Amino acid sequence: MTSHPDLPRETFRLRMLIFDTRYRSLTIQIVTLAGFMLLVSWMISNTVQNLAELGKPIEFGFLGNQAQYDINQTLIAYTSRDTHLRAAVVGLLNTLLVAFLGCALATVMGVTIGVLRLSRNWLVARLMTVYVEIFRNVPVLLWILFFMAILIESLPPPNAFRGEDATASMLLGDSVALTNRGFYIPEPLFSRSLGDLSVFGAFEISLDLVAFLAVLAAGLWVSARIRARADRIQNRTGLRPTTWYLRLGVVVLPLLILLAALGFHLGYPELRGFNFRGGIYMRNSLIALWLALSFYTAAFIAEIVRGGILAISKGQTEAAAALGLRPNRIMSLVILPQALRVIIPPLISQYLNLTKNSSLAIAVGYMDITGTLGGITMGQTGRELECVLLMMLFYLAISLVISTAMNWYDARVRLVER
Amino acid sequence: MKKSIIPGALTMVACAAASAGAATLDDVKARGKLNCGTNTGLVGFAAPDANGDWQGFDVAVCRAVAAAVLGDSSAVEFVPTTGKTRFTALASGEIDMLVRNTTWTFSRDVDLKFTFVGVNYYDGQGFMVPKALGVSSAKELDGATVCIQTGTTTELNLADFFRVNNISYEPVPIETNEQAQQQYLAGACDVYTTDASGLAATRATFEDPSAHVVLPEIISKEPLGPLVRHGDDEWADIVRWTLNALIAAEEYGVTSANIDELTATVTTNPEVNRLLGTEGALGGMLGLSPDWAVKAIKAGGNYGELFEKYIGQNTPIGLARGLNAQWTDGGLMYAPPFR
Repeated sequence: MTSHPDLPRETFRLRMLIFDTRYRSLTIQIVTLAGFMLLVSWMISNTVQNLAELGKPIEFGFLGNQAQYDINQTLIAYTSRDTHLRAAVVGLLNTLLVAFLGCALATVMGVTIGVLRLSRNWLVARLMTVYVEIFRNVPVLLWILFFMAILIESLPPPNAFRGEDATASMLLGDSVALTNRGFYIPEPLFSRSLGDLSVFGAFEISLDLVAFLAVLAAGLWVSARIRARADRIQNRTGLRPTTWYLRLGVVVLPLLILLAALGFHLGYPELRGFNFRGGIYMRNSLIALWLALSFYTAAFIAEIVRGGILAISKGQTEAAAALGLRPNRIMSLVILPQALRVIIPPLISQYLNLTKNSSLAIAVGYMDITGTLGGITMGQTGRELECVLLMMLFYLAISLVISTAMNWYDARVRLVER
Repeated sequence: MKKSIIPGALTMVACAAASAGAATLDDVKARGKLNCGTNTGLVGFAAPDANGDWQGFDVAVCRAVAAAVLGDSSAVEFVPTTGKTRFTALASGEIDMLVRNTTWTFSRDVDLKFTFVGVNYYDGQGFMVPKALGVSSAKELDGATVCIQTGTTTELNLADFFRVNNISYEPVPIETNEQAQQQYLAGACDVYTTDASGLAATRATFEDPSAHVVLPEIISKEPLGPLVRHGDDEWADIVRWTLNALIAAEEYGVTSANIDELTATVTTNPEVNRLLGTEGALGGMLGLSPDWAVKAIKAGGNYGELFEKYIGQNTPIGLARGLNAQWTDGGLMYAPPFR
């Protein structure tokens, strides 16, 4: 803007803050902000003072004290002699585990159901509609309790597998046992194991797993290069070389060689004493929580996927069909890549919801962070405010990480407009 | 910037704090109701009956205090709490007192800032298993799956017991007694552990109680009793001496049947007279009416009557007096003198 030197310069007077519309809105905002800050600081100092009066000033020293309780599912080493902080970390990892499993299964189920709901097959489409409506309209807590009740009441206890007149038997060549305490499945064992790597003495990472993942990543990278080469040849000549056996080979063969070198074999669960021993034990609390969260969230994801697909113009399908593409290739090559732009932003909130809903774990006794830090630690130490603050911080951090990662992915698949 | 706001806020807080420190007794009287925290449902100790009225041994303490303070044993608002929520409910002032099979421990008394006013049941942690398992000792439980109410002292005792005996177990944390019962009966856990009295009470509700045994090991001391918040000694005194009045009444043979007669005619035992308010002014010292103890005892009976009515050997729960007999009968129940 250019200035007008001819106009007399207006001097600023204090009362203009109220009577001049140019400044009034600013004044109101500043006063409101000050009032809000006053309210917040009053609440904080009130809490601090009242807690101090109760003889419980806010401090986090209790995290270093011995926890004294046991946790059944621990992804890192933990005993009742460890600290409350370590118990909280164990709970945090359990939260992350169920959130990861839940998001993975919910995505697969949600995409499948969302696509099938648009199927031309009347029965399939109606069945999917029924599924979506049932799971969307009942609270997730009820689903968690429902799945748990089914697991407890319908499956046999380990006792039923015992003796001559056993009423239950193991599946798949005596390798899998489904009991009302959870599922026992074979575990991978290595007779020439590489051992564990200790990280800062805090926890240990299996070197076998690291080696497995490294070889897998290398195989996938080579496989991607083969595909890029096939793409180049196709662009140049119009003919796509058959590469599936090559790509499968570079991923699978090195893994098989590594497994053989490490002496891979399966450890089967065996009924010894009160329970099955050996094998991987998936507790019914984990299974119930995982399935309930996945089934529930899948219904929402299905609707998001359906909406995303419907947002793509029908002309795209018709154009692709006119080029001679088959329906499933139209879906995977033309429709879904475009629909992803619409799908991903609401998908982020569903992942966040699933992660936050996992805090209902205590209903089935799954020891996530609300079970350890917000449950037993809080009950034993009486540090309600500190524990709740820490939990809020954890969930905030987890949510922000998920959002960031998904937004990054969203930016990658977004349509590049020219 | 925050600094400049805080002095103003502090004066507001100071005013608020002054009124917050007022006596619980006044709050209860003004409300006309006693807020009493109990179990969510443990037959014999605290559970609603068929009419929805709360009944039980712990409930009776709530009713006695309500009768002593308000003159009406039904002026109680029962607040069911779980092992995890009970202390928050008490510390936040949601309830005036907690009677919920809560063990008197050092850290709860000192660190959690509560005042335990006495013991209404001396207990210890035990284990219950189905008879069919053929287990006769807790030391044979290596590898067993154990259902346990989370947030309790039993959780900590359990961890210690198995660690000290160098055997392993699989803890299944449960929120309430009902959930534990469901899982235990379905065979989702081999063992249920809680206070021995709680095991007896739970077993009494089973279809076939004889198919389950309580193992002989008692692995801890669990003195259970009512507690209140730190910082209101007058209120703590009222709850403490109401409980003591129930215990003393049994010792002196004051029952709900003969109490009217004893109150009408001044007895030859001065201690009974002081308890019943016909002599001295003990009630006034508590800020209550002279016949506070009479009302408390009339609410359900003396300690022995309550025991027999709710958890004694003629009830389905069938607990023997054991440690909970009067000191004159070789037990630990001992009320300080009413003097």
